[in-house]
Order: sequence, then structure tokens, then C-alpha cells
Amino acid sequence: MIYADNAATTRMSETAMKTMISVMKENYGNPSSLYGFGQRAREILEEAREDIAGVIGAGRREILFTSGGSEADNQAILSAAALGKKNGKLHIVSSAFEHHAVLHTLNKLKKEGFEITLVDVHENGLLIPSEVGEAIRDDTCLVTIMYANNEIGTIQPIREIGVICREKKVLFHTDAVQAVGHIPVNVVDDNIDLLSASGHKFHGPKGVGFLYAKKGIRLTNLIEGGAQERGLRAGTENVPAIAAMAKALKEAAAGMDKTSGELIKKRDRLIKGLREIPHSALNGDEKKRLPSNVNFCFEGIEGESLLLLLDDKGIQASSGSACTSGSLDPSHVLLAIGRVHDVAHGSLRLSIGEDISDKDVDFIISSVREVVEYLRSFSPIWRDLESGKKQHIL
Amino acid sequence: MALYSEKVMDHFRNPRNVGVIEDADGIGEVGNARCGDIMKMYLKIEDDIIKDVKFETFGCGSAIASSSMATELIKGQPVSEAMKLTNKAVAEALDGLPDYKMHCSVLAEEAIQSALNDYEKKRSNG
Repeated sequence: MIYADNAATTRMSETAMKTMISVMKENYGNPSSLYGFGQRAREILEEAREDIAGVIGAGRREILFTSGGSEADNQAILSAAALGKKNGKLHIVSSAFEHHAVLHTLNKLKKEGFEITLVDVHENGLLIPSEVGEAIRDDTCLVTIMYANNEIGTIQPIREIGVICREKKVLFHTDAVQAVGHIPVNVVDDNIDLLSASGHKFHGPKGVGFLYAKKGIRLTNLIEGGAQERGLRAGTENVPAIAAMAKALKEAAAGMDKTSGELIKKRDRLIKGLREIPHSALNGDEKKRLPSNVNFCFEGIEGESLLLLLDDKGIQASSGSACTSGSLDPSHVLLAIGRVHDVAHGSLRLSIGEDISDKDVDFIISSVREVVEYLRSFSPIWRDLESGKKQHIL
Repeated sequence: MALYSEKVMDHFRNPRNVGVIEDADGIGEVGNARCGDIMKMYLKIEDDIIKDVKFETFGCGSAIASSSMATELIKGQPVSEAMKLTNKAVAEALDGLPDYKMHCSVLAEEAIQSALNDYEKKRSNG
């Protein structure tokens, strides 16, 4: 099995697993309990907070544990909106290719009277900081732009956007779910006010994540009912998962230079090989992308069929085709970078992991080529393209 | 739990009647690339019997499996019987499709209907 869907989720690291089991076994106390056993759990929780804060350059008190990236996105955006509303600022700047945890939250705010401006994502899958700046108005209360895109892996000019937001005194949130643990992220250097991250994207457990909120930003809580997380998120903390997430992140940060160097070599080998398939195109900038991400469109075929046949060969990947989303529209990310529907349906995302070998990469290339050729052999669209009845787009 | 039934996977992995009939008596094409599904059916009809049928499909696993099953269901049948093919029959023969994939069986029914209509049209004009 070649698991190439690490953007969907990752395998937990051995250290994270061991930590989780040991905390469950030995330190199952409630961190809110006063006796020593409970307080030991509190210490574990606070150590984890400190470790996570250290990795992203934040202060310990600036980290809030959540159930994952989606909750962190919701809380960050709704908090900034609540602050905006107080000051009569009902405008938010974002982009069309954000994760749905962001876009759906923005839609909810729209119904409550907020106005949303979505800045253009260019063909290379990147935003231009000055264009974000131009979208900011006097009544803008928040700019929310993802650090790295979950489908096409493009890494946004976050630091530059952060500078603009600071100048204009507007809160800046970034959904860094795909970035944290994979590329260097530092909230101070990057001028970030609010940041969301998720444990299972960097070899930690599922169902846990965190929100960084710069000191002084008042958060609104989504869950009422207790004094946990300084009253900002009620509910007994998921101590084993939080401890495991912190271990996984420390580990990822320590090995980042070596891992990403290796991954980039594999990624580029994969891109080079897949490019040789006729009428294919890489989605997103070739270099300004996550070390693990490869995303292609193949003309004349549909993504779900491609995935199922790759699965038969032992390769797990993902696609932005409509069929994989249960709607008629293909990926909003691919549409945002200007891919037309016909082509967007034939997309393939491979997000490779550290354990992949050159042999695996070559097997992926030959398998994708074989499956694409096979599906094209009985595709009426491909027939029309090849006979000249329709023009090739790619 | 698997996404599709064994039957769907079988027809997807080993689609029956794939290809083109050059001198087809009826050709039908339905769907559009925008939505991610296109089916094209070719019929060879002699004495009102469907002697041969071939298909080409651009689409997901269930679209390919539905095309394959639809061709199997009408092959060798009189035109009048083929006209009665429903999407439900296609889906049932595949041991069911997920709810959000039922439109694939509808498309298969429509592709067959469209090819049969083309045959009727050609015949009445001929």
C-alpha cells in the first residue's frame, strides 16, 4: 500500500501513540480536579501548551485547545466578527479557495449582515498581497487567508499579507492546518493574530487541534459550560490527545528541514513523471507549494474512476471531482484558479509522506499513466478531443 | 463498508460492451462534461432485435458500471423491450447504488432511449 493522502490525514507517529496511551493509562485524572492526580494531568496539559507555543513562536497563554482545525477556524472568525460588530465593522476579506470551515462560517456571517470580499486567487494558486491590501476597507474587521491550500498545496505570502494587516490595523487569521508541522510557521515573524491548526495533519491524533490568538484578542466561546481553557472553551480537556499532538508537533518541527528536503525531491520527481502524460497539467505553482503536495488535472477522464482504479493498485489518493464530493460541481479550489469544469473533474491530489521511496514514486507515475490511458480509451470526451471535434484545453 | 456493491465494482473494473460500432443503426449521447458524466451508446439492430451494443463513458465508477449493466440488459432484446428499460432496473441489477449516485442509472436509461430514438428516426427517414 502506498498511502498518498497525507493531506486528508496522517498516520500517528510512534511517539504520539506512546504518549497518548501512557497518558490514558497513567494520568487519566481530570485537570480541573484539585488533588495531586488531577493536577498531574494539568501539568501535562500545560507542558503541551508550552511545547506547541514554542514551535510556532507564541506565548503559552496564546494557545487554546480545540477539537480540531474546523473548530479553531470557526472560533477565530466568529470572535473577530463579534469584535467587529461591537465597533460597527461588518466587512471581512478572504479568498475563494479557503477551506469550507472558513467559507461556510463566512456564509453564516453574511446572513447576519456581514459583507465578504473574496480576493482573486491567480492561476498559479497564489494571492497577491497588495490585492488583499486593496480589498481592506475602513470597516474591515478581519482578513482570513489560508497558509497553504489543502488541495493544491500552494503556500501563500502570509508574512507580507500580515504586514499589510498590521499597517491597516485589521485582525489577520490564517487557517494553517496544512502548514503547521510541515513548513516553518512563526506567528511573530509572520505577523499573524489568529491561527488554526489540527493535530492529525502532522502525525498527531484526530479530534484535536488548537487556536493561537495573539495576547489581547478577546475570543468568543463556541461551547459554554465550564472554566476550562480560561473559560473560552468549556468541556474537560482531551489530555491524552493534546499531549500526543504536542509530541507529534515537536517531532515534526525537529525533523522538518531533513524531511521537507527529502519530500521535495520526491515531489519533484513525481511532478516530472506525471507531466509526461499528454494533456495533463500541474495545479498550483511548481515551487511555492507544500513539500508533500502534487495536484494534476488530466483531460478526458473523471477523478473518481481514477481513484478507484489506483486504489486497486494499492495507491490511496484523492480528487476534486464532483463525484467525490457528492455535488455536481467539482472542487471550488480548482474552479477558483480558473480550471474549467470539464478539466477540474479529472483532478488527482497526491500528498506523499516521509516513508515514500523513489520506487514508490515511479510506481505511482506508471500506475497513473496506465489508468489515465485506460479511462481515455473509452471516454467519449477524449474521442472528441483526439478527433479534433473539440479543442484540447490542456 | 465499501463505497459500492461488488456488482458495481465488477462492472466498473471489467466493463462489458466497451467500444464503438462504426456502422451503428442508432447512436445516443447524454450528459455533459460540466457535470462530470457523459455516456455514448451505439446500437446494431437487425429485425428489430438489438444484435450488438457498445458504449463509451466519461464519468465516475457508478457511471461506467451503469453503462455496462444497461448494455447487458438490452443486448439480444427486441427494441420494444429495450424501450422499457428503466433506471431502477439498472440500479437493481447492480445490487443498488448509493442515493447520490442514482443519477448515473438515470443517465444510462436516457442514453439507451436516445440511441433507440435515433434508430427510429433514421428508420422512418430511411
